[in-house]
Amino acid sequence: MSARRTAWWFLSPALLVLGLFFVLPVIAALALSLTDYDLYALADIRNLRFVALQNYWDLLHRPLFWSALGNTFYFVAVGVPLSIGASLASALLLNSPLARIKPFFRTALFAPVVTTVVAVAVIWRYLFNTKYGLVNYGLAELGIHPIDWLDDPHWAMPTIIAFAVWKNFGYNMIIILAGLQAIPADLYEAARIDGASAPRQFWHITLPMLKPTMLMVAILTVAGYFQLFAEPYVMTEGGPLQSTISVLYLMYEDGFKWWNLGVASAVAFLLFVIIFVVTMLLLKLARRGEQVDGASP
Amino acid sequence: MNTRLAKVLVNGLLCGAALVALLPLLWMLSVSFMAPGEASSLPPPLLPAHATLANYRELFAHAGMGRYLLNSLLVSSAITALSLACNLMAGYAFAKLRFAGRERLFQALIGALVIPAQVAMLPLFLLLKYIGLVNSYAGVIVPGMATIFGIYLVRQYARGIPDELLEAARIDGAGEWRIFTLIVLPLLKPIIVTLAIFSFLAAWNDFMWPLIVLTGQEHYTLPIALASLAREHAQDSELMMAGSVVTVMPVLLLFLSLQRYYLEGLLLGSVKG
Repeated sequence: MSARRTAWWFLSPALLVLGLFFVLPVIAALALSLTDYDLYALADIRNLRFVALQNYWDLLHRPLFWSALGNTFYFVAVGVPLSIGASLASALLLNSPLARIKPFFRTALFAPVVTTVVAVAVIWRYLFNTKYGLVNYGLAELGIHPIDWLDDPHWAMPTIIAFAVWKNFGYNMIIILAGLQAIPADLYEAARIDGASAPRQFWHITLPMLKPTMLMVAILTVAGYFQLFAEPYVMTEGGPLQSTISVLYLMYEDGFKWWNLGVASAVAFLLFVIIFVVTMLLLKLARRGEQVDGASP
Repeated sequence: MNTRLAKVLVNGLLCGAALVALLPLLWMLSVSFMAPGEASSLPPPLLPAHATLANYRELFAHAGMGRYLLNSLLVSSAITALSLACNLMAGYAFAKLRFAGRERLFQALIGALVIPAQVAMLPLFLLLKYIGLVNSYAGVIVPGMATIFGIYLVRQYARGIPDELLEAARIDGAGEWRIFTLIVLPLLKPIIVTLAIFSFLAAWNDFMWPLIVLTGQEHYTLPIALASLAREHAQDSELMMAGSVVTVMPVLLLFLSLQRYYLEGLLLGSVKG
């Protein structure tokens, strides 16, 4: 009897906070996305009208939404594989018995993860400055013409992707490194006795054993990368020519610059649906891959 | 025969990667000590000709950096302390106290992790506006007072506490609160440290929500102040780098001194797959 009451006493502060400041707003966001909540409604709630799915319908006919979506998919589709590739490569290097002073390298490679996005994005803005940036200076030494990194619509997103990879790869590196260390050493031992080369060991032992880790890392990274916001906010302000406007950037501008909170809620919900669907697809793909693996001898 | 070559290759690649990871941070530190305008010359200097603290003086004397630093410290400390209290109690309850619907409620919380926090931000802003917390410290702090991730982390760890220990204390007539504070909390110490670092770093680095809820400069945290400075002072790279140093250094040092706890927490939090 009283044990149950104790439990609820212990739970209540956290549940109250999460309920009031997370669950309730999420439900309200769904309701909000079905209204035309704007500056007039903000001033006087009587101006609020129910518009059903009008906001969603309008969004699907708005070129800016599609370019924001396209930019975000570009960022995810290129950024996630590069990010995870860098994480895997550095984890493999750190796990190599040949590597020296591992604690130093691990800390050095992880350092960008704990830094503040805004602060390091500011650094990158100067490093990639067309005229005085170190990057173009280095390229000039190699005989390559200066590139207008952040002011050229073709280069702005790649620069942001490079930044995101640099900033984030250390996080997954630690997780993958732990996954590598969990692979039993006698598997490699047996393979060596059978005369399997290092690449074959990697392909037939390391990768399959790492699969659950990689799947989890992929899902978390995809979900995280869809939430692109601070990088374009600081580095490009969505430009040039709106080439770096992300879905969240659009939500922020619609909601807190133009105060179209109804429209912005619809944007937020669409993003949620997209993340959810992509995550489910990844899971399904992984499960199908497993079945194929299981079928083969 | 080629193990020596392999050794050179592995360590060479690691050195290269470490250089790429650290160079932007070292460059930031170096430029922050340069005289105004010095970095905007060709070839771009790597080290200041005459190291100066002028940028830092300018930041603290005229740009209000001291205020922003205090704001960040205050907000991050408050979020850390309050979320620790809520998450520890809830995580312990999910791990060790029996009540109807415990597993289902926990599953529901974990399921809610798929919802991006930004979905809640628009109504949250309206809610806080309604209760008068927009543009206040409390507005930044209040939504961060409990996290699903923190509850999950504490629960995972607290499940290792033997039930006999708690039962024995109950038989001795100890109240539940006494058991929690005198027996459970000391056992949870490692996870408390881990969670504290996590919360502090996340709060310190948080950008989008403070940007939304803080409408006036007086409450700005460092990232918001830095982003707004960057838009005003786009040309003053030396000043901006000093601002970045002030923003990044506290969390970088915190991480370096408590790195073991941080990395353990990262792994503990990621094995839910």
